[in-house]
Amino acid sequence: MIPLQHILIFTVFLFAIGLYGALVRRNIIGILISIELMVNAANINLIAFSKYTSLAPETGQIFALFVIALAATAAAVGLAIVLALYRIRKTVQADEVHLLKW
Amino acid sequence: MEILQLGAKFGIYAVMATVLVFALGVVTLRNLFHCALCLAAALIGTAGIYVALQAEFLAGVQILLYVGGVITLVVFAIMLTEHLAGKTLRQNNSQSLPALVGLAGFAALLIRLILKTPWPVTGTALKATAPVMELGRALMGTYVFPFEVISIVLIAALIGTVVIAKKDDPEGQL
Repeated sequence: MIPLQHILIFTVFLFAIGLYGALVRRNIIGILISIELMVNAANINLIAFSKYTSLAPETGQIFALFVIALAATAAAVGLAIVLALYRIRKTVQADEVHLLKW
Repeated sequence: MEILQLGAKFGIYAVMATVLVFALGVVTLRNLFHCALCLAAALIGTAGIYVALQAEFLAGVQILLYVGGVITLVVFAIMLTEHLAGKTLRQNNSQSLPALVGLAGFAALLIRLILKTPWPVTGTALKATAPVMELGRALMGTYVFPFEVISIVLIAALIGTVVIAKKDDPEGQL
């Protein structure tokens, strides 16, 4: 097995890449995709800790299952909002949507 | 035997590098459809890492739910909203440089913390395995309440998605 630290550093990079995408993208769908990357990094961490440090590895795996389910619902609701927004405003660029800004 | 273990080790590192490359593709490519395909590849690579960490069931769930479900949703959303794909729109806002600097600091801090912390990795924990049967038992025993909550959340999200995405009646304003 490779050391735990290497997996953690890998997930730090994956999370940072996802956060960069979420901060920098203009397209709302692009932001949602980047958020999926970040969730994924957190999930790898859960699995790695449950493998390396826990005596009952199923705990971390069940948490990862719940995270996957919640990420799927988040993606579904987010994309529905994007579609409704597109129907009303004809744009999916986050900086062109300033209905709540004054 | 030594050779096999060495090969497995380098295999994991290779999968990690591939996932990072595809993740970079997700956040830098201009065509959103290519981004979605890169995300699919990165998620499949993640499933490979799960297998390496002996979470085979999770790897299956990952491929079924993420690569099968979420990617399909994303591709549908892209195809429904992207008839402006012909034009090359600017995909990034002007905050790239501050974001990069901040994230470099963030990553450096986290890596420093990770290297300094004495993680309680023990041999007995490394030997412990979690067969699917144990997973199911824990899901129906210790974690039955979160399981129920998740099912309610799923139902709520399903209904909410339909309500949000359905067409408004013609008299409705907006």
